[in-house]
Amino acid sequence: MKRFLGFVRKEFIHIFRDYRTLVILFGIPATQIIIFGYVVSNDLKSAGIAILDQSRDEITVAVSSAITASGFFHIAAEPRSEAEIDAVFRKGDIKAVIIFGNGFGKRLLTEGVADVAIIADGSEPNVANLVNGYTTAIINGYLTGLMQNGPEVKMPVVPEVKMLYNPELRSHFMFVPGVITLILILVCALMTSVTITREKESGTMEVLLVSPLRPVQIILGKVAPYFILSFVNVIVILLLSYFVFRLPVKGSMVLLLAECMLYILMGLSLGIFISTTVATMQQAIFISFLGLLLPSLLLSGFIFPIEYMPGIYDYISFILPPRWFVVIIKSIMIKGSGLGDIWRETLFILAATILFIGLSIRKFKNRLE
Amino acid sequence: MTDSIIQVRDLVKKFGSFTANDHLTFDVGQGEIFGFLGANGAGKTTTIRILCGLSVPTSGEASVAGFSVYRQSEQIKRNIGYMCQKFSLYDDLTVRENILLYGGIYGIRRPEIRLRTEALLERLSFRGSADILIDRLPLGLKQKLAFLVAVFHNPKIVFLDEPTGGVDPVTRRSFWELIYEAAAKGITVFVTTHYMDEAEYCDRVSIMSNGRIVALDSPAGLRTTWKASSVDEVFVRIARPGINFSL
Amino acid sequence: MRTLLYLLRKEFSQIVRNRLIVRAIFILPLLQMLVLVPAVTFEIKDVRITISDGDLSQSSRQIASMLDGSEFFTVTGYAASANEAAASMSKGECDVIVSFLPGFEKNIITGTGSVMQVTVNAINAVSAQLTWAYINAIIRDYSMAMADEAQVVAGQTFSPPVKISTRYWYNSSLDYKYYMLPGVLVILVTAIGFLLSGLNMVREKETGTIEQMNVTPVRKYQFIMSKMIPFLIIGLIELSLGLIIGRIAFGIPFEGSLFTMFLGATLFLAGLLGLALFISSFSDTQQQYMFIAFFFTMIFILMSGIFTPAESMPAWAQNLNIANPVAHLMKINRMVMLKGSDISDITPELKALTVIALLFTLLAVLSYRKRA
Repeated sequence: MKRFLGFVRKEFIHIFRDYRTLVILFGIPATQIIIFGYVVSNDLKSAGIAILDQSRDEITVAVSSAITASGFFHIAAEPRSEAEIDAVFRKGDIKAVIIFGNGFGKRLLTEGVADVAIIADGSEPNVANLVNGYTTAIINGYLTGLMQNGPEVKMPVVPEVKMLYNPELRSHFMFVPGVITLILILVCALMTSVTITREKESGTMEVLLVSPLRPVQIILGKVAPYFILSFVNVIVILLLSYFVFRLPVKGSMVLLLAECMLYILMGLSLGIFISTTVATMQQAIFISFLGLLLPSLLLSGFIFPIEYMPGIYDYISFILPPRWFVVIIKSIMIKGSGLGDIWRETLFILAATILFIGLSIRKFKNRLE
Repeated sequence: MTDSIIQVRDLVKKFGSFTANDHLTFDVGQGEIFGFLGANGAGKTTTIRILCGLSVPTSGEASVAGFSVYRQSEQIKRNIGYMCQKFSLYDDLTVRENILLYGGIYGIRRPEIRLRTEALLERLSFRGSADILIDRLPLGLKQKLAFLVAVFHNPKIVFLDEPTGGVDPVTRRSFWELIYEAAAKGITVFVTTHYMDEAEYCDRVSIMSNGRIVALDSPAGLRTTWKASSVDEVFVRIARPGINFSL
Repeated sequence: MRTLLYLLRKEFSQIVRNRLIVRAIFILPLLQMLVLVPAVTFEIKDVRITISDGDLSQSSRQIASMLDGSEFFTVTGYAASANEAAASMSKGECDVIVSFLPGFEKNIITGTGSVMQVTVNAINAVSAQLTWAYINAIIRDYSMAMADEAQVVAGQTFSPPVKISTRYWYNSSLDYKYYMLPGVLVILVTAIGFLLSGLNMVREKETGTIEQMNVTPVRKYQFIMSKMIPFLIIGLIELSLGLIIGRIAFGIPFEGSLFTMFLGATLFLAGLLGLALFISSFSDTQQQYMFIAFFFTMIFILMSGIFTPAESMPAWAQNLNIANPVAHLMKINRMVMLKGSDISDITPELKALTVIALLFTLLAVLSYRKRA
């Protein structure tokens, strides 16, 4: 036991000496939280548009200024005819063109009807949707106010919405669980697989194997520091999200931390398993970087909801533990769910952990025999 | 020594508070085989790296082939060959490809490279294996190859940093034959080692301890001065004066 | 020049022999294109609705079946009580609860305006907003039809004063694949270029072969070039493979000129690889490099506008983004592929990439030390 502790200490010293990697390990979640919290968003802020006003009457000028005054848009180009629109779009400065036809105001006053055309840049569907929705609402709102004398219509059915769990529609509820999931995969699976493979490649693993330490102890000694490092990382992220974004944990903190530990174990055993299947560090880096990070980022439902993916992704992401873990933390943090609500996801991660450990032991034994 | 090709005066190299080279002064003559002896950590590699232009000294003067190590390191590099402690030809290239690479870098023309390559392969009785990856060669052969690549462009000086580490005695012998052949062509050889029998093969030997040169003479001269039967004995007396040596 | 050719020859022999890299070059674009492009989407479909119907009237059933009939929604359950509905949401069995209170239909008939409650799981704010917008639109259509009917009976016509027609250019059906494919191409080129070149350089340090190089008269810029050119070519190969796969698998149009796109990609790769080599001079091990590389690629990609519009970022971030090569290529790829933009349209991006390329390559050359 004493020998084992000495070994663990050596591993710790090893990790802490490489301060650059440590800085990055804690820097990644912090930067991600800043980027998701303050930098990237789907909201419309001062999008560039163009208004092609072929009428230039009082009403179109007033509508145009209502659009720019909304704060969502600014005029970024001035095409003089419909023929110029394509050229303006191709420069990429504008998201939409609003076209008022000839004699817009006159028609509206005399006939009570007029046409507006919106051409939006479909190459960015989200933005196109939003621009369309916002401009439509502004134009309608302005003209409805103008046409007060028209027939007043009361809608028979009025839908009322309640945004459950996240009434202010903040994006924090998505990315904090996402960042935790990602960083844990990074530290556990990636770091472990690469470190162990490195040791294998440089031959120092052989030295350890002939030492009086048992193989299990060696592996445990290697992963113990990462277990602690990961756990500290989780706490840091939770503190950041609490103090910076006031994101409380609704459910049981104990349950949340226990689930994190289980997931860390899963990540570590995945890391060990990877290291038993690859021969070189480069292979480990490739598999971890491209096979783990990108899928955990994109297929776990962290940014893009799995429900919208084509059916087959349900099966693909089914085998990805990050997907289940995202559900678990979201449920505990935001919905306040207890173990009763998430036992299936938990069981799945537990099964994955056992599977990876089992496979690693088998591989390891084969190698020794 | 009128035609010295390496001149070192009061050379100092410090890493933080640790002094790796402490006021070294010596000359190496044209065509000499100069042995640089010392225990591990005595500062041999530091000196070699400075002379090769890989590291800048803290103070003192040093010139190699007439060029200053401070300002003209790139000119130095044109005139030297270097074989470092760690085997450093490309494992994932074939023998021929490695030779072509280094030959090309030194600006030797293609036909000339081809000619010299054949001679080299011939010398190592190696013809058939020219197109296998270096990775698959036994260590001794790798080392010999590394040496021949280091002198492939006929440099004025070749620096060898513990070239025979981990190699069996028979191979070491044949390695030294290669060194002699190079020296016969007029190449100055600067070699560090901690095998004392190899010291006997050198024209002159300097012994380093704790960053200083504590003795410098021909092997015979050293034996006489220290009244010892071998350089090995001299070394042990100098490097570990506390130990009572009896043999 | 001849020295550079010898160095390049060496790099190519090594790369071709590395089976892992060769495999990655071919498998990665396949995997990324086929798996990621269809996956990353905000296209709302089959959102699960639980109906909590306290009215059990014809109107409430009509609305429920209208929602169910839309391609965006499916009604997956009926809850007997508000509590039951809330429980099903909490268990994650539905995304939306639509509830009708008793008297829903009566209020429609009396014309007092009837309220229907929609509860959306808003953890994902973006999809919650979209979901609500679609429900709103369906209910509005329903309402309009009802109102029209009522007014026709009353002898009036009901129509909004302004008809707004919307068209979406360059991607008329707002297919997300059009949007993601050019972006995934950028991720592909970025990941492979950044990872391979830097790891290659650090590996030479780790194995000590760089030391042997450093005692030769090879010039710094020659060595850096020999590390950049092969990976630049690999990056362009990746781009071509990705384009071909994208074309075959998804039939996405290519409006602009290939030359323009490859020009952009070449400048981009020069900058990216310059940065990779610059970073590699601060890393002693491949492991270290991998982490630093991950850190940078992550920031670059998230800020590039691949998932979220770059224009929505705060001003300071947009200013920083000028130094982000990924953001420029993202824009170029989308503009050239979907809109057919030509060189004059993307001049600002090309200029920025040129400056980035020169700057990072210079930094790479300067930071590479032949002696310590």
